[in-house]
Amino acid sequence: MSKIVIDPITRIEGHLRIEVEVDGGVVKDAWASSTMFRGVELILKGRDPREAWAITQRFCGVCTTVHAFASVRAVENALGITIPNNARILRNLVEGIQFVQDHVIHFYHLHALDWVDVVSALSADPTGTSDLARSISDWPNSSPEYFAAVKRKLSTYVESGQLGPFANAFWGHPAYKLPPEANLMAVAHYLEALEWQRDVIRAHALLGSKNPHLQTYLVGGMATPIDPNSQAAINADTIAMLKGLFQKAKDFVNRVYLPDVLAVAPFYLDWAGIGEGVGNYLAYGEYPDKDGTQLFPRGHILGKDISKVLPVDQTKVTEHVSHSWYEYDDESKGLHPFEGETRPKFTGPKPPYDFLNTDEKYTWMKAPRLDEHAMEVGPLARMIVAYASGHKQVQDTVNLVLGKLGAGPEALFSTLGRTAARCIETVVLVDQLLGWTDELAANIKNGDIDVHEGSKWDPANWPETAEGWGFIEAPRGALGHWIKIKNKKIENYQAVVPSTWNASPRDARGVRGPYETALIGTPIADPNMPLEILRTIHSFDPCIACGVHLFDTKGRELNRVTVINPNGSFSPLLKLSGLR
Amino acid sequence: MLEERNFKTLVLGVGNRIMSDEGIGVHLVERLCDKFSLPEEIQVLDGGTLGLDLIYFLEGIENLLIVDAVQADLEPGEMIRLQDDAVPAFMSLKISPHQVGVPDMLFAAKLRDVIPQRIVLWGVQPSLVELGMDLSPLLESKMDTLMAHVLEELVGFGHQAALK
Repeated sequence: MSKIVIDPITRIEGHLRIEVEVDGGVVKDAWASSTMFRGVELILKGRDPREAWAITQRFCGVCTTVHAFASVRAVENALGITIPNNARILRNLVEGIQFVQDHVIHFYHLHALDWVDVVSALSADPTGTSDLARSISDWPNSSPEYFAAVKRKLSTYVESGQLGPFANAFWGHPAYKLPPEANLMAVAHYLEALEWQRDVIRAHALLGSKNPHLQTYLVGGMATPIDPNSQAAINADTIAMLKGLFQKAKDFVNRVYLPDVLAVAPFYLDWAGIGEGVGNYLAYGEYPDKDGTQLFPRGHILGKDISKVLPVDQTKVTEHVSHSWYEYDDESKGLHPFEGETRPKFTGPKPPYDFLNTDEKYTWMKAPRLDEHAMEVGPLARMIVAYASGHKQVQDTVNLVLGKLGAGPEALFSTLGRTAARCIETVVLVDQLLGWTDELAANIKNGDIDVHEGSKWDPANWPETAEGWGFIEAPRGALGHWIKIKNKKIENYQAVVPSTWNASPRDARGVRGPYETALIGTPIADPNMPLEILRTIHSFDPCIACGVHLFDTKGRELNRVTVINPNGSFSPLLKLSGLR
Repeated sequence: MLEERNFKTLVLGVGNRIMSDEGIGVHLVERLCDKFSLPEEIQVLDGGTLGLDLIYFLEGIENLLIVDAVQADLEPGEMIRLQDDAVPAFMSLKISPHQVGVPDMLFAAKLRDVIPQRIVLWGVQPSLVELGMDLSPLLESKMDTLMAHVLEELVGFGHQAALK
């Protein structure tokens, strides 16, 4: 039995740390840990609830909009505010395009490197790549000359030694299965995705912000002005530009992202049987229409039983700390977020250390449970709940993908399933953006430019105490904020974020979280290069390193992989990059 | 609502505003905007902890000035100035999209051919990195010096900033 530790030594503190026990080339047990204390809820106490979103937006550099959104929803829920129809549409648009961007970027810039051997692309025949590209899509950038140019650009970077990833990733690993021609196509699309995402930033700018952080959330609606006669507001020109950008997003998703996933997946069908996880799926649901019906429905599934979609009762959400570095008076049970406490008590080893004491407390993550069940959240959870709820477009898209792969529905419960579900969701969602924009345009045409319900803005109109919760689906899963308001100020604030569900440690009964469960049974070809572990962890799209973005002048921005051999000696592979 | 102005210089404060000294870059740009009137060709941005999203703002500029907390094995409060190729630009193996930092952003900017001609980074070694909206007293006491460096860089780029 040997033990592998993956610990990003990013900046000052660690973030997500994975420890696994390997025996006979297979993972036997796993522990997920977050080694950095956040406790951001603490700085919200005593503040004006209307300003909370501007702080919660800083929880995280990737998920700024969702934390802002969850916060305004929690306050609106507490104060009984119904937002105007236009505000609902604007929120759907801001969030929807964010989702599409997040999923595309996750695939090309994070997850693709788990499946695509970039160095192998250097030996590709550009004509072969062109044939492949043309056989899967009518996307115009597909000529032999185009791919030859990408290959030249790639060689320049590899030869100049500037490409960090090529020095640091696991190139040449036996678990890479794509032919060089497919690898070159993926590299080309990686570059195109980078170019494409500028359109998303433009769409966000049109929806109300010059600043990279959106400034347009407002308790009661949105601060985005709508005025057909003003150049400084959403008007007919803005609508036309938005539609152009959304059409481009749709093109990219349907003609590049989806065909790429369908082209890569057949080489990795064994991953449809790896990385299953807890088999319980939770979705809060998202994208309400005019009547409040959600595009992706709310619900939960237990034990992979898609014949039954169970309702979500927020009172059944609890957080355990029996294996987390916090204190409760009674740690044998979890606490509901309204009663939630953030009393940090670190009992872990003093750095530097080899292992965490996984029998006791080993993470800053609490262990959230729904009715005492560990739940997976994210695109797969949303698609399974939607599929099981009879969502026609989701069912059709799922069936299309499964059909092309020649796989049955059981293939969804896996690492590959998670990656496919993210793409399926993007395909379904990107279709809605144009429709919502038309809805907004029609309202404006009819003279409805209302974006804010202001009757409860003045704290004089608030009750002495109030409590509420705001649910939202973030790209990486169900996000909830819970707020208690007393004397116009925040009395308690708790956020249960998607990665807390997925990276949950064991609870008081010893039940593992989704990452921990999903890793068990994973084959490991080479313990020094645990690519297989990254595949499954990446398939969840972890969102943990939210806290610190310190700039390391020496470029020590990498993961440390430590392999502990049976005899107890260990060989830390500290990979350095960025120094030239 | 989409302003297409032609900026010559971008002052980019990065860091996490809720992690005390980690947010010094953001504190700096906030104060720069509060205290000084800057010419139109300078864009000042609070980049927070956003990664690749920021590349958009590099398009078309000549000069990029980054202010950030740095891990440079210095004494807390000490500053470092890096220029052009000395500013690390690479893409790292990541567990989470949150690990996309300034080096990744600069590297991606190179791939997209939107890397500015001149890049200067002013970094400060933090003394306190934990939850909090304020700087530590030590870094607070360095803010005037840091601001002076920033203003000097702007002059070097050919700009004038005046006290409001």
